[in-house]
Amino acid sequence: MYVAVKGGERAIENAHRLLAHERRGDRAVPEISLAQIEGQLGLAVDRVMTEGSLYDRDLAALAIKQARGDLIEAIFLLRAFRATLPRFGATQPVDTAAMRVRRRISATFKDLPGGQVLGPTFDYTHRLLEMPAADPPEPATTESDVADSVGTPMPRVTDLLAADDLIERSPGAGEIDDAAPPGDLTREALSFPADRDLRLQNLARGDEGFLLALAYSTQRGFGRTHPFAGEIRLGEVAVEVFAEDAGFVLPVGRITVTECQSINQFHGSASEPPRFTRGYGLVFGHCERKAMSMALVDRALRARELDEEVGAPAQDEEFVLSHSDNVQATGFVEHLKLPHYVDFQAELGLVRQMRREHAARTTAGGESPADATLSDATVADATVADHTREAAE
Amino acid sequence: MNAPAYNFAYLDEQTKRMIRRAILKAIAIPGYQVPFASREMPMPYGWGTGGVQVTAAILGPADVLKVIDQGSDDTTNAVSIRKFFGRTAGVRTTTHTTEATVIQTRHRVPETPLKAGQILVYQVPIPEPLRFLEPRETETRRMHALEEYGLVHVKLYEDIARHGHIATTYAYPVKVAGRYVMDPSPIPKFDNPKLSNSDALQLFGAGREKRIYAIPPHTAVVSLDFEDHPFEQWRHPASCALCGDDASFLDEVITDDRGGRMFVCSDTDHCESRRAAPSQPTVQDAEVARG
Amino acid sequence: MATLTAGFADPVLAAQATFRAVMDATARPGTVVPVIDTVAAPPPLAAATAAVALTLVDGDTPVWLDPRLAAGPEVAAWLRFHTGAPLVDRPADAAFAILADPASAPPFEHFSIGTLDDPDRSATLILQVERFDDGAPLVLSGPGIADRATLRVAPLPPDMVARLTANRALFPRGVDLILTAGHAVAALPRSVMPVMER
Ligand SMILES: [Zn+2]
Repeated sequence: MYVAVKGGERAIENAHRLLAHERRGDRAVPEISLAQIEGQLGLAVDRVMTEGSLYDRDLAALAIKQARGDLIEAIFLLRAFRATLPRFGATQPVDTAAMRVRRRISATFKDLPGGQVLGPTFDYTHRLLEMPAADPPEPATTESDVADSVGTPMPRVTDLLAADDLIERSPGAGEIDDAAPPGDLTREALSFPADRDLRLQNLARGDEGFLLALAYSTQRGFGRTHPFAGEIRLGEVAVEVFAEDAGFVLPVGRITVTECQSINQFHGSASEPPRFTRGYGLVFGHCERKAMSMALVDRALRARELDEEVGAPAQDEEFVLSHSDNVQATGFVEHLKLPHYVDFQAELGLVRQMRREHAARTTAGGESPADATLSDATVADATVADHTREAAE
Repeated sequence: MNAPAYNFAYLDEQTKRMIRRAILKAIAIPGYQVPFASREMPMPYGWGTGGVQVTAAILGPADVLKVIDQGSDDTTNAVSIRKFFGRTAGVRTTTHTTEATVIQTRHRVPETPLKAGQILVYQVPIPEPLRFLEPRETETRRMHALEEYGLVHVKLYEDIARHGHIATTYAYPVKVAGRYVMDPSPIPKFDNPKLSNSDALQLFGAGREKRIYAIPPHTAVVSLDFEDHPFEQWRHPASCALCGDDASFLDEVITDDRGGRMFVCSDTDHCESRRAAPSQPTVQDAEVARG
Repeated sequence: MATLTAGFADPVLAAQATFRAVMDATARPGTVVPVIDTVAAPPPLAAATAAVALTLVDGDTPVWLDPRLAAGPEVAAWLRFHTGAPLVDRPADAAFAILADPASAPPFEHFSIGTLDDPDRSATLILQVERFDDGAPLVLSGPGIADRATLRVAPLPPDMVARLTANRALFPRGVDLILTAGHAVAALPRSVMPVMER
């Protein structure tokens, strides 16, 4: 006799035990420590902090370990934790002009005040696998770039251009409308059209791969914006909050960020003289590819604001912002693993009915579908699966 | 590192207030999708985060919770969500529809008619009934605002012209209280009539899409149709092999690789209750149909 | 702040229980639902009114107080301390309005009624009344009501039936009303339609 499937609870417990077992790997190999992840897989930690929207290296390392190195899973862990944290308020805008710079490059000027600082970069490395030597020499410790740059004033390239009115200005600290605090899509559902603050927040949390592909598409002509890497800078910035009760600004610490400002063509409009425009990217840690992609997509999304033709995917605000979040995307794609047999049963009945009707038509010869005879077993009134719908649910 | 300390029913109070305000607006405007600031939950988007947030916002220590997926209490996701609330809220859980005060569901409405005082919480993947006709939220919002629902009827009518039937078998659109066209979530259209004039309050949560909507008790819910092609329910034309019910929604179960199959109730509590009831003839050996 | 009365003894469970009372009342317009966990609030704020405010109002919801509640500083101070809600001067700016003198309530359309695109962005009015067993019977129909419901409330604006009819005519826009008296709540969401008795 048939017995309905039971034991979901035990199955889940067993799966979790197996997961823990696999996560640990070969017991003969020492367990990886959070300090090792934090120190030696630093760029993974940076990506998880950026897309997890939470600056905490320890927790990001913990998430990476728990996720077995699956970074989207780690981002998800961090996001779920972040959602439970109390919100004390918003910080002052960080001043990236006052950054303690570790890397700073501009593709638009050969030399500029503060100079080009290569910093820790994969650029110009030859991508040759370096087999571990039996007794590898420790790389020499170096702080030279940092030491060189600290204390050297390093104005942002965009500020230098803005001084000549060659690029659109960005509002200064005093010019930002205090009555309208920046939006927060974690506190209010996103609605369209979205302002740039919300767009930038969405992009900062967005999936690196998705933004990379969109940025790439603009370069290949799907919404061309003629970008230059005006400046990319990596380093530490001070985070400050305004203490309501004390009445002044308090420093709360320093964080590492990467900023990219793209410089883009703009031909001017009826009211505006020709000048360069900007795309902006800012991320936690050293996520340079993400910061650059973000800047390009930010600029592409400004098409409407700048009276440019809107047609390419990267310019389509609702398309980009609705699909950038990898935690949402992975959840919904992977939910197809959940049972759908109720809906499938409904579809199954209809496919059978359709086949009966088809067979009836074939034997009767050329009847219209609406006139097809239904078998008495059929209660249904519907037809073939609607594949769009099925795929989406 | 901060040691996580979670609130009763997981969500913090500020989040619960925000969701509660959205629920009240949803009840006041039956069938209208209220945007809310859905939180990242400790389960993936698409796996019931909307329903879980609604349940977490309404649940209290006096509640008795039932969770079903595909009509069953024992599917893995139902087990997982039930455990989540057992752990974070310490509420009593049950598999009996009649005992529950709050029922969270994915894809089914229980066969047992719900009573006043019960709340049915639906998990919703795509709350927008017009989404498959128009992918843009800016457009569909406008269509709801102006009550411009011609497009749905055109789509349903195109189905009839092409196939002789309406081609939607689940997530079949309804009109609530004569105003809003609403997605009932991917329940089979067999369940649609249960939404209308229910004694229970029905709440719908879509976490990823950040929408909450509601059907108050005693509210007219009409499945869209045409005079010459009226809405019809569908179920497998068979009886349950376990309890003999010939009116419940059935799952087809493949029993071997030689075409053997049988039909059993999708609602496991309904089926078990029928078998436990002394007045009901017990089915000793399920008849296995060979197809 | 020493003169402030306390909030909920158990903020989490009391807010949940109070919310369920309000939700039941909203889902079944015209039904009077008891509020168990109440708080001692500064007069003229009644226990149920204070409990509903603590349950629904916070820093994200601007609140308007009617002249009777705004007459002294106590109610405003208590609300600010326990909820962090910003208090506003114009009814149109409020997400919640709390009125202790419902008979002289401003016209409902002076509050935010939402838009056709976003009808949920509308005000909720908490009308503190004296009793639920007095006054002219309001006969109601609409979602949440099987056939007819009858609610007696006193005091109310003399043109209450006309106001509810006008509010219903705005649907899906409109304001939602939560009525409080002593230790009980009732609700008149925008979906209710007063029935004219012949
Ligand atoms: Zn059965």
